[in-house]
Amino acid sequence: MIAWILFHLFVFPGMLFTGVLGLLVGWLDRKVSAWFQFRVGPPLFQNFNDFFKLLGKETIIVKSAVKSVFVVAPLAAFAVLTLIATIIGLALFYNEGFAGDMFVVMYLTMTFSVMVILGGSSTGNVYSSIGAGREMKLLLADELAFILVFLVPIVKSGYQVQFDQILAYQQNAGAIIGSPSGIIAFIVGILCIQAKMTLAPFHIPEAETELVDGPFMEYSGPLLAFWKLDHYMMYVIFPFLLVLLFLGGFNLTGIGILWSVLKYVGIVVVMIIIKNTNPRIRIDTALNFFWKYASPLAFIGVILAVLGV
Amino acid sequence: MKANKIPIGPFHPLLEEAEYFELTVDGETVVDIDMEIGWMHRGHEYISEMKTFTQSIYLVERICGICSTSHPIACVHAIEDIDNIEIPLRARYIRTLVGELERIHSHLLWLGLAGHFIGYDTLWMWAWKYREPVLEMFEIISGNRNHYGMMRVGGVAQDVDPAKLIELHKHLDMIEKKMVMIAKAAKDDPVLRSRLKGVGVLTHEAAVAYCTVGPTSRASGVPGDVRLDEPTDAYDLVDFERIVLPNGDVYDKLVVRVLEIIESIKICRQCLSKLETVTGPILNNVKEISPGEGIGRYEAPRGEVFHYIRSDGTNRPIRHKVRAPSYVNIPSFKASCIGIPIADALITLASVDPCYCCTERSIKIIDKNHDSCSFDLIKASREKTEQIRREINAD
Repeated sequence: MIAWILFHLFVFPGMLFTGVLGLLVGWLDRKVSAWFQFRVGPPLFQNFNDFFKLLGKETIIVKSAVKSVFVVAPLAAFAVLTLIATIIGLALFYNEGFAGDMFVVMYLTMTFSVMVILGGSSTGNVYSSIGAGREMKLLLADELAFILVFLVPIVKSGYQVQFDQILAYQQNAGAIIGSPSGIIAFIVGILCIQAKMTLAPFHIPEAETELVDGPFMEYSGPLLAFWKLDHYMMYVIFPFLLVLLFLGGFNLTGIGILWSVLKYVGIVVVMIIIKNTNPRIRIDTALNFFWKYASPLAFIGVILAVLGV
Repeated sequence: MKANKIPIGPFHPLLEEAEYFELTVDGETVVDIDMEIGWMHRGHEYISEMKTFTQSIYLVERICGICSTSHPIACVHAIEDIDNIEIPLRARYIRTLVGELERIHSHLLWLGLAGHFIGYDTLWMWAWKYREPVLEMFEIISGNRNHYGMMRVGGVAQDVDPAKLIELHKHLDMIEKKMVMIAKAAKDDPVLRSRLKGVGVLTHEAAVAYCTVGPTSRASGVPGDVRLDEPTDAYDLVDFERIVLPNGDVYDKLVVRVLEIIESIKICRQCLSKLETVTGPILNNVKEISPGEGIGRYEAPRGEVFHYIRSDGTNRPIRHKVRAPSYVNIPSFKASCIGIPIADALITLASVDPCYCCTERSIKIIDKNHDSCSFDLIKASREKTEQIRREINAD
């Protein structure tokens, strides 16, 4: 039993699987972005090279940093993402869940952002602290919409708050994206994920040309490697979450494998397209966007779901 | 909330060159901005006084890598102004052709960088991809992609090979097609419009008060354009329009530049067709420059560039003064950056297309009492040279 838990946590579908797949999908992101921009793009194993190279570099802990928080934040964020990956992966690949696991995932995704905020504000660097402030505002912006997105499958599946129950509902009644409320929630969900992953147009906290990578500015060496890995792991976690909530999960037999890969890659490519066709918006525009448009839209989705549409 | 100071520079991803801006922010709002220039002194004006007139033209070409033909054009204008030297008609067309091609590639470079600064890397790569054929045109004309070495006192150094005109026309057709596409994409893109509209407004009054030049002022409704106000070379022989927009925000600056690219293509096309028919020499042989002084003005991509040259009858200038357009555009940040969020302030900093290597003319010296005082850089560098000479002589 313990061995299985450890296996799930560290190998499949947890740390190792998510990390490796994340770095590979990170390559897909870089390659597709390169095609968009008439570039060649990196070779397949570039992300692995980057990761292992960073592991071998020196970690510089700046004088003004609060050392413990500075070191713990990326590691804790990595642990949080591993846990989310395990919970979602167990539901997707093993049909296993536990009561209230959706709430745990909602809570943990927020914890990741909190870790970014802690890491950024622990450095004492003015760019990092502004980046951390922006991350906090972005969290305030997208969190409500994100939770409303979760509510639609919960309502549709007859008020089940367990991933495997939602999967079971979709196997009987068809994927939730087939209904109007499902479509609305799925669209808002993709936007929320874009913000959670701080991809364009929501790469406001990192803002390379303004804040020089914001919260991650002072990180170097292995700690930076973990932040980078965290970012790429989210390329697995969030699309998997959408597949789980709206697209009826994966079917890993026969032709189903092809469909499963298509579902996943489809969502990733949509994210990459949004990323490459938008400039960075201002933080107040992002707040406006989520509170004035995305959240009410998601709310309409919830109401439609309650009405049974 | 306590006001924070954010340093932008001397080395920062926003700036391709060393420069220092200090934003005082309250939360995310900029309440004050301080700028400090003088990180990149290279002493061009002084070196120029040790070169002959012909050499100094090639020297000023090295002031800036982007507007690398604007400085030579202004420089030869200044030297020609001393003796009122006439230049052949064919040379006038070639000068204008090179100058306008440079405007196209410089504006495209800015468009790309602006895209990068607002996190729109796709626009960046696209703009720079279509900048490439312009550089190829330069290669066909002069043999170089940058630093063309075309300008000489009394004309131009190289003729445009008539056999290559068809190839140049072909390139220009391709560029025009792509430019119309990019102009449409940049002007009509709703996300870009919402991101840049009303951002970093430089009012008409402020644009006049800060003496801004070039696209920066034309986007604020100030219609200054040296090409039309004091036409030199072939500018009075070609037909093009003055682009002036009223709002003064970053979006208008973008549109002004994009429309200017289209106008420049129009000018290049006219010059190329004229080069098919106009024949004759390309260089008046100028034996010597008489004592006197002259000024040269040229509308560089960033605005008016100004050269002053004084001659004492020998073969080298005894005073060479350069005023680059960014030098007057940079202080206008005081008017346009205050009271807007950091994210907007930074794209506003980039919106005047600042060229720091053109600008640097002064040094900042902090004295014992920590009071800073600006010195004339040329004076300081001369004193340094004199001091070195004295030391050498003493040995």
